[in-house]
Amino acid sequence: MKRPAPVDAGAASERSLRWISSGVLLSLVAASFWSLDLRSSELLSLDSARRLADFAAELLHPDLQAAFLGKVADATLETLAMSTLGTLLAALLGLLVAFQRRLMHPPMAVLRAIPELVWASLLLVALGLGPFAGTLALALHTTGVLGRLYLEAFENLPDGPAFALTASGASPAQVFLYARLPQALPQLASYTLYRWENNIRAAAVLGVVGAGGLGQMLSFHLGLFQLGKASTVILVTLILVAVVDAASGVLRRRLG
Amino acid sequence: MSRGALPVTSLHDPQGPGRLLGAVLSLAAVVWMMHLTEFDPAALVDPANQRTALHFAAGLFPPTHDAGFLRMMLQETWRTVAIATAGTVLAMLLALPAAVLVTRVLSLSALGGRATRKPWLPRAVRQGLRLLLVLLRSVPELVWALLLVRAVGLGPAAGVLAIAITYSGMLGKVYAEIFESADSAPTVALLHQGAGRVQGFLYGLLPQCSDELISYTVYRWECAIRSSVVLGFVGAGGLGQLIEQSIRMFAGGEVSALILVFILLVVLADATSALLRRAWA
Repeated sequence: MKRPAPVDAGAASERSLRWISSGVLLSLVAASFWSLDLRSSELLSLDSARRLADFAAELLHPDLQAAFLGKVADATLETLAMSTLGTLLAALLGLLVAFQRRLMHPPMAVLRAIPELVWASLLLVALGLGPFAGTLALALHTTGVLGRLYLEAFENLPDGPAFALTASGASPAQVFLYARLPQALPQLASYTLYRWENNIRAAAVLGVVGAGGLGQMLSFHLGLFQLGKASTVILVTLILVAVVDAASGVLRRRLG
Repeated sequence: MSRGALPVTSLHDPQGPGRLLGAVLSLAAVVWMMHLTEFDPAALVDPANQRTALHFAAGLFPPTHDAGFLRMMLQETWRTVAIATAGTVLAMLLALPAAVLVTRVLSLSALGGRATRKPWLPRAVRQGLRLLLVLLRSVPELVWALLLVRAVGLGPAAGVLAIAITYSGMLGKVYAEIFESADSAPTVALLHQGAGRVQGFLYGLLPQCSDELISYTVYRWECAIRSSVVLGFVGAGGLGQLIEQSIRMFAGGEVSALILVFILLVVLADATSALLRRAWA
């Protein structure tokens, strides 16, 4: 990135913009550290170092008993099902949205502005604890994301095939099914797989508020300070995320 | 186009059985997953649930706006921003040295000519550090926050550290990629002249990359603001903690006010980040 020589007015104003921005950033940083009660002297003390070391040492001994692993496997399946079903639901809703066109941009923005975790805790109020609320929370947030991506994918399609079908008397539904949908499908599938990768991460932590899956196990065992069990759950989460990433990568490459 | 003219075999789909099998299997998988997630659309129309939901929804309007609550919201919003900012700065301080160590261009042993006693050592250090960065960013920040809340207690320190840990993994990876993609000629020239690793970095590599580093870090700061709201749910302070408490107390008006403020904050952070990044475009 080459900078222009500071002779013309544009470069001078660009430089003053940088000075102002740097000033804003630095004062923001200073104000943040100053205002937060970080108890840094307490955190950096020898006592807290010893406590952290004990904590870490316990975490390094995952609980690998067969009975517990069985429970973790159940929670893993539940997490996988939550993310997959949530993504599928969102894909279906996203398609409906994309069929409706422009009007749908603002509601999609609201759906995706609210994080999955907030949706989950709101839904828990009505539906009670469990993976169902988590699945719906994922579906709502993801509908906001996929709805927008699908809308954009459809808006950017070349119009030729749709024109041709309309001109030969096809109904709007037929034009959608035989021209626009097949045109957009590879891109839609790739977006959906990408969100699935995202949702497996989200599903793994949604349980923290009581929405089932691995997160619920994690917060339960951490609550009881059973660090070995918590550490197993974290390890399994990492493996699950890596496996889903790999699977999605293979699928996406096959799509082109 | 009369259908009678076509040979009958063309109506037969050679992939038909395979497709049918695929459809049946997918359907079975969906049903199984619905069972696993206790999927129950009836719960959505259950009168008792609907009464709770309607009661809660009725409370959403009007959003709470008395002076005391507004002041508290303002305070917690700032705390959310401060947690994100402090976390991002710490992450940057951790990620920069890690990225410098990982970058191959700066490796003295890779220059050749100079015989090193343990040629495998630098490479092992670099791979180890890469693995560490992967580990730091693979564990979700919410999980780090859960652990840290147990380790260092409730409060903003847990949130700051959770963001610092996760984001140092992300920033370290991207910084290293930026360094690797820069023109290595100036750095290599400096190293060949006898400059040290630090000099080579400061005078050869950093001047080329600083704009991109700042721009990416500011973008990550914007993401950190969103994360820091979510971290509040596990007790790391800020807006998220307030949202969680209000939902638990069924205080609908507070919830809607907080969500409005959250959306406003995200929009503002987005605009600020875009403005700042334009300065280093």
